[in-house]
Amino acid sequence: MKVRIGIGIIVFFSVIAIIGPWLNDLMGIGPWKIDYDAIAEPPGAGHLLGTTSQGTDVLAQMIAGTRNSMVVGSVAGVIGVILSVVVGVTAGFFGGKVDAVLSFVTNMFLVLPVLPLTLIVAGYVQDTGPITIALIIGLFGWAAGARTLRAQTLSLRGRDFVMAMRMIGESKPRMIFVEVLPHLAGWISAMFLHLVLAAILAEAGLAFLGVSSADTISWGTVIDQARQVALLNGMWWWFVPPGLCIALLGTATGLVNFGIDEVMNPRLRTADIKAMRKALA
Amino acid sequence: MPEETPVLAAEDVTKHFDTGRQTVRALENVTLRLYRGRIAALVGESGSGKTTLARLLAQFYPVTSGEIRLRGEVVSGPDKDFYGEVQLVFQDPFASLNSLRKVEHNVRRALKLHGHAADDAAVHELLAKVNLTPAADFARKLPHELSGGQRQRVAIARALAVRPSVLLGDEPISMLDVSIRLDVLNLLARLREEEGLALLYITHDIASARYLSDDIYVMYAGQMVEGGPAESVIQEPKHPYTRLLLDSSPDPERAGGSSAFTATAKLGEPPSLVDPPPGCRFHPRCPFAKEQCKTSFPPRTEFADGSWTNCWLHNES
Repeated sequence: MKVRIGIGIIVFFSVIAIIGPWLNDLMGIGPWKIDYDAIAEPPGAGHLLGTTSQGTDVLAQMIAGTRNSMVVGSVAGVIGVILSVVVGVTAGFFGGKVDAVLSFVTNMFLVLPVLPLTLIVAGYVQDTGPITIALIIGLFGWAAGARTLRAQTLSLRGRDFVMAMRMIGESKPRMIFVEVLPHLAGWISAMFLHLVLAAILAEAGLAFLGVSSADTISWGTVIDQARQVALLNGMWWWFVPPGLCIALLGTATGLVNFGIDEVMNPRLRTADIKAMRKALA
Repeated sequence: MPEETPVLAAEDVTKHFDTGRQTVRALENVTLRLYRGRIAALVGESGSGKTTLARLLAQFYPVTSGEIRLRGEVVSGPDKDFYGEVQLVFQDPFASLNSLRKVEHNVRRALKLHGHAADDAAVHELLAKVNLTPAADFARKLPHELSGGQRQRVAIARALAVRPSVLLGDEPISMLDVSIRLDVLNLLARLREEEGLALLYITHDIASARYLSDDIYVMYAGQMVEGGPAESVIQEPKHPYTRLLLDSSPDPERAGGSSAFTATAKLGEPPSLVDPPPGCRFHPRCPFAKEQCKTSFPPRTEFADGSWTNCWLHNES
């Protein structure tokens, strides 16, 4: 049940992200359209979530922002997870010099101050669109995960069942992918979801600091704009939706994690395994 | 003892583990030979080097000196051919199976990797061989659905799947319920008969060694102290340590007081392997220790019944 709610929320946001522009057209609203008759209007019939102080529709901005926030989150998540799995599992499984080099690189990335660095890189890059932000967050955010995975792999490598498979002559790639990686799936998925959330928050934070291109709308930019006016005027309908979206996505990632735990650990599986598999498929 | 070439042998093997600051002298000049169709039991208390010897035989780590020989030829390092001949069954059946993989995965991979037919029939045949029937049902189970004894059988089936000639059992029954230990022992005995396997049975329970094995080797603190045909080692133990082991196992027929060890209240502890006692490592605990025992390790003395010991008590020269 928990898993289904979590997956439901994530699917909901993903669908909005995909069909967003089309949905806005269908409802006859747009993130840049200014309605001079309804400036700073609370939620009502014409504008379901009200309007901003410039007269743009909050719902339209939310819908348009979902796409960019989800893109930032998933791209950063995928890049970060791939890097941390490749670096962490390789270092842990092979050990020795490979481990020494990779651990050194990991530690270096670990002590880099990510947010200031992001600001500097964003300053040099011409167009700080969502993909750029995602790349920066993904490329600088993998180190902590790599360290965790390295430690886990190191412990798995010495377990009897891995030794036993080595003894029957299992190849190294198969040992990593078939025997070791499945045991890390819980860690990896938790890491991915955590990275997605961290990236969305980081993007929102950067937008809040003004690092984002002017023609991009994301949950972060909506909050940023609302910050300047909404709080003073009590326009709660402007800043609550983006905040709520971020919080909801965070909750959803947590709920999905419980489910992944159950699938990965056969002992936690409740009676209905097939339903669980289907729910996750 | 038979005169044929041993299938697997450790010849004069020494293993020191260097931990940086100190050296653990785990094994000193140990020789052990395994023959086709025979079960050798390796007996000794915890920390005596039994597992280290098994892992050296299985080439988990290199020897410090001495050599491991497979069919008379020195083994330089582990490779697929070596593991096609030698397999080790771990002590803990709860750790030796991947908890996420079904029973059939383990057996099937072993079959496939060594070029044997890996279809359902072959997998089921192996499971049936280790008494996991109905095999088709067991093949689909996950390790946590099995008991310790069943898991150990799966581990044995996996080892057998490569069709080895040597099976090393590292205390294969010590983690199992007492009630199912005999089943696994009988299984090992049957495999020896049917497959002609050379078996090493490591245990700290000298009674089960007597039940199962043809030969018994006794280790103390990294040194081999006695060996020979099982009955002669049990009936006429030569080394005081073997006698201590035998006296430690309960025997309702033995009246109190017949043991050399009951008089001494304190039986002592096994020594540290970082700084082992010089000479015979058993001398601090030995009620018969002589001056000689404290300075040098005794040479081997052989007896008419095929057994031998390294003890100054039996070496008058």
